[in-house]
Amino acid sequence: MVGSLADGVQQLVAGLGGADLVEITLLSLGVSGVATAISLLIGLPLGTWLALSRFRSRGLVVSVVNTGMALPPVVVGLFVAFLLWRSGPLGDLGLIYSPSAMVIAEVIIATPVILGLTVAALGQLDPRLRLQLMGLGASRWQTVWWLWREARLPLLAALMAGFGSVISEVGAAMMVGGNILHQTRVLTTAIVLEVGRGEFEKAVGLGIVLLALAFAVNGILTWAQQRGPGRQDASR
Amino acid sequence: MTAGASDATAAGGAMPTLVELRDAVVVRGARPVLAIDGLAIADGATLALVGPNGAGKSTLLLTLASLLRLARGSLTFRGATVGRGTELAYRRHIGLVLPDPLLLDTSVFANVAAGLRFRGVPSAAARPRVTAWLDRLGVAHLRDRPARQISSGEAQRVSLARALVLEPDLLLLDEPFASVDAATRGRLLDDLEVLLRETRVACVIVTHDLDEAVRLGDRMAVMVAGRIRQVDPPERVLAEPLDEDVAAFVGAETRLRGRVISSEEGVAVVDVGGMHVEAVSALAPGRDVLCCLRPEDVTLWSSGSQAAPSSVASSARNQVRGRVSRMVTQGSLVRVSVDIGSTLVASITRASAADLGLAEGAAVLATFKASAVHLIPLAG
Repeated sequence: MVGSLADGVQQLVAGLGGADLVEITLLSLGVSGVATAISLLIGLPLGTWLALSRFRSRGLVVSVVNTGMALPPVVVGLFVAFLLWRSGPLGDLGLIYSPSAMVIAEVIIATPVILGLTVAALGQLDPRLRLQLMGLGASRWQTVWWLWREARLPLLAALMAGFGSVISEVGAAMMVGGNILHQTRVLTTAIVLEVGRGEFEKAVGLGIVLLALAFAVNGILTWAQQRGPGRQDASR
Repeated sequence: MTAGASDATAAGGAMPTLVELRDAVVVRGARPVLAIDGLAIADGATLALVGPNGAGKSTLLLTLASLLRLARGSLTFRGATVGRGTELAYRRHIGLVLPDPLLLDTSVFANVAAGLRFRGVPSAAARPRVTAWLDRLGVAHLRDRPARQISSGEAQRVSLARALVLEPDLLLLDEPFASVDAATRGRLLDDLEVLLRETRVACVIVTHDLDEAVRLGDRMAVMVAGRIRQVDPPERVLAEPLDEDVAAFVGAETRLRGRVISSEEGVAVVDVGGMHVEAVSALAPGRDVLCCLRPEDVTLWSSGSQAAPSSVASSARNQVRGRVSRMVTQGSLVRVSVDIGSTLVASITRASAADLGLAEGAAVLATFKASAVHLIPLAG
């Protein structure tokens, strides 16, 4: 088993060429990383607002967001492809089959995940914690900052889930990226291609690289999550 | 009389008002949950806020912290209205302690330093203050411990230190000892009493414990159903409750409806279903009243005695015969319900219950002084 995996990696490096593998891996990481970062910038503030505010249709909005967490990437891909198609409403931007198009699709996939899990993460906190912070003289931003800090473990889990949802998806990347070598080929689309060609060993090798990448990124986030900042503060 | 009150008297005036609520209404959903016509918190004094569960005590406290929006009315601090734009500045004059310590997931030290950090106090200036207050509350040895790993009594001390380190103008405490055991509670109460006296910080403390309220409060406010029914010095609230709900809450367990039939030399005679009760009161004949009596003011005698000994009879002007309907032992005391047509409740020691040979169904003579009966005039 181990022997065949090692063979796979060797085959992969030989078949694709080391440079191509590095390029594909970096593009995977780049597109998913940028998409996750944008999703975080949208999802965290919006999720915080949704978690802390009370308005009449809040329950409905939260339900919609939670449904959004289960958006099928293929459907998102179809939607974005339709928008960006040369004859489509945003066709003039010329983004179809570009990494930008992939980022757009992946933001649509990851944002509801990060948003929904942010609402859940802050919802787990004792509602009186916010009153306690404000009662100690915290401004609005100081209150939000400390609530994030209190919920940092589930918030990092939200970030990991967001990244996980896009690094591993293939439908949208294929549809709006097109799997063009040197331009939009990423690990997942490359795997689909190799399997289509019957090159299972290459596909397995790519799969291992993808897993290793996901593991490395989540490992770093987990390390950050588990490292309690309490000790740091005490020394100040 | 407390030191604070006598100082104020010596200075020839009451303490100035620090915080005031006027015509304040707080609404939850569409339902008003709090309606305060007027409540003034005097500088340097402690107000104990008591009342049954759900009376709105915590709601009032959060309103005083400017953490709940007023549907109507105003909150003022030193005469200036607290509202949009001034809420944060106002909150930085207060210190809030909630029933659960709600410590932040960081060290004990950082918890106590949090409020100072919010105010932008440089850490060099904050450190000695935090250290001093940790020390003052006896938790200095915990300073580097994660706050989530200390006991609930310790956590409540940290929570108090976290508010007191701010040296607030107004300390707002919501049942600060709710989450600790009885022994810890006693020690915390002792410490808090000393702290309040020494710091002279104005304080509002919510409690459902009357003893706590009497001990800590310069004044006591009794809340029922979202409203303040009475604000007076604690002894006065206990002795002269203003209405039936307040009387019931502060422990006047015997409450008899009647009508004043005569009044002479400050003693009113009340007809309670044919029985005559004498009470020290200036109420005029014809008034419908409620006779309130605390159980500890009732003395029981065995039925054998034709009347109480003359020495007692002279001051205990009320004597009534009845049968014991219920006995409940509470620690060293026994609560005895006596059926006299309506129910009269007496609280006597276990020793005297044994001496009297009391048992359910036994005939007894109950006596109480006219001065122990408080009359509440009823409407109509």
